[in-house]
Amino acid sequence: MNSCRTASLMGMGVLAIVMALGACGKKDEPRAAGSTSAAVGTGDKCASSGVKLTPATDVKIEGSKTYDKIKGAGKIVVGVKADQPNLGYKDADGKRCGFDIEVAQLVAARIGIDPSKIEYKEIPSTNRETAIKGGEIDYYVGTYSITDKRKNDVGFAGPYFIAGQDLLVRKDESAITGKDTLQGKKVCSATGSTPLQRVREQKLTDDGNISEFKTYSECVSQLLDKKVDAVTTDDAILKGFAAQSPSKLKVIGQPFSQEKYGIGVAKDDTAFRNAVNDVLEAANKDGTWKKIYDGTLGLSGSSATQPPAERY
Amino acid sequence: MLEFFRTLTNNWDIFSRGFLTTLKLFVIGAVGSLTVGTILATMRVSPVPVLRGLGAAYVNIIRNTPLTLVFAFLVFAAPKLGIEIAFEPAAYTALTIYTAAFICETLRSGINTVPVGQGEAARALGMTFGQVLYLIVLPQAFRTVVPPLISMLNAMLKNTTVAAGFSVVEAGAIQAYLSERGENQVVTLFWITFGFLCFVVPLILLQRYLERRWAVVR
Repeated sequence: MNSCRTASLMGMGVLAIVMALGACGKKDEPRAAGSTSAAVGTGDKCASSGVKLTPATDVKIEGSKTYDKIKGAGKIVVGVKADQPNLGYKDADGKRCGFDIEVAQLVAARIGIDPSKIEYKEIPSTNRETAIKGGEIDYYVGTYSITDKRKNDVGFAGPYFIAGQDLLVRKDESAITGKDTLQGKKVCSATGSTPLQRVREQKLTDDGNISEFKTYSECVSQLLDKKVDAVTTDDAILKGFAAQSPSKLKVIGQPFSQEKYGIGVAKDDTAFRNAVNDVLEAANKDGTWKKIYDGTLGLSGSSATQPPAERY
Repeated sequence: MLEFFRTLTNNWDIFSRGFLTTLKLFVIGAVGSLTVGTILATMRVSPVPVLRGLGAAYVNIIRNTPLTLVFAFLVFAAPKLGIEIAFEPAAYTALTIYTAAFICETLRSGINTVPVGQGEAARALGMTFGQVLYLIVLPQAFRTVVPPLISMLNAMLKNTTVAAGFSVVEAGAIQAYLSERGENQVVTLFWITFGFLCFVVPLILLQRYLERRWAVVR
């Protein structure tokens, strides 16, 4: 009996060591060591673009259920992502930052709610429609592509950004230059995502060469471990990762689709959707949008202009 | 109502691929964990202290480790230690490693139900430890633990869905695909549940059949 116990204790010790080793492995993922140190968005530390947002005072949105709810509660519940560097990110200290987060804050401020009163909810892609329909969140900002099918379930303000499917590869990769050079290469993307389904349908590589994980960060880890050769999804997301470890990763820069990012709102709340569109348009005119972009996603080195709202 | 069935028929490619992989994971995982579990149980009741200790250590470590962690170790940590293993074999291995611990304990409880006289009588006939175990004790043990054993396998069947997070497209990944295609989530989940029911019902029928057929009269 005694020997049993010693053995199992020893075993647990071994497991602890093994787990510690695993953790070590994660740690030496680049912190983008010291490169222009405070550079926003590099490494794991969160910093914002520095755009000051003061809540507007004279806001009236007639006939909007969402707005009435927000006013009544005195706070906004916003659906976001937390694992996309420079877009929707939560750092080790629990701070949130990124382009999408600041767009969410911009909308809040312009409809009269202090951005500090935002309650963030991390909603995975698969649950977005359900969360909006069920009133769990007031609006959603998180690389949410506007599609006709989704319009059956939710409403979209925007687009506030146009992205396209691209490829993220290791810095020293020379064989992959675009989607047509993927044959025989190992490609990774998020389980069931549109970019992944596109790779399958267009037979860009063999089925056996496709790997899929729940999050893009897991794919990037596989890429750094050389278990896959490319990670594919919207260039906005990939640029965020490239900006995080510029010495190891690069984005090809040959987008082969067009994704319009919108702000997801309740389907029947046209008043609220219009109000958010107004906010985006105003931010475009007074330069706030550009400041936010330059201070977050723009750090990857590419510039962008805001697309006009669709107002369908 | 038609929409309800269309969710299944329009996406039959994803459903069939998903559940086929689930079936594969289940069958290979079941064979693997029954084998390893039996070996572990043998170790735990063997007269050799070292084997007993090893068996106990294995069971206690694995039983206290979440399945996701076993998967994560094989897929993310192992490559960093120089062990390369493809995703699907990793899934079989993880399921086997994990379920074997529980099968072992189930089987050991079965061994405990076999009257001591059985073993003593066998030894008196001059049988070795191995002969006693494999000819006399284990067959009786297996028969008593049919219900919990099938429960274990049933649990493993559902545990296969963990593999979706580690690049093995099985039933657990269907929801992600269909949500991206804009299908109704409630209907999707209903069809996934229905699919699992198609696996579980035969398993329960097998349990009833084996229980009746193998009942030990004591």
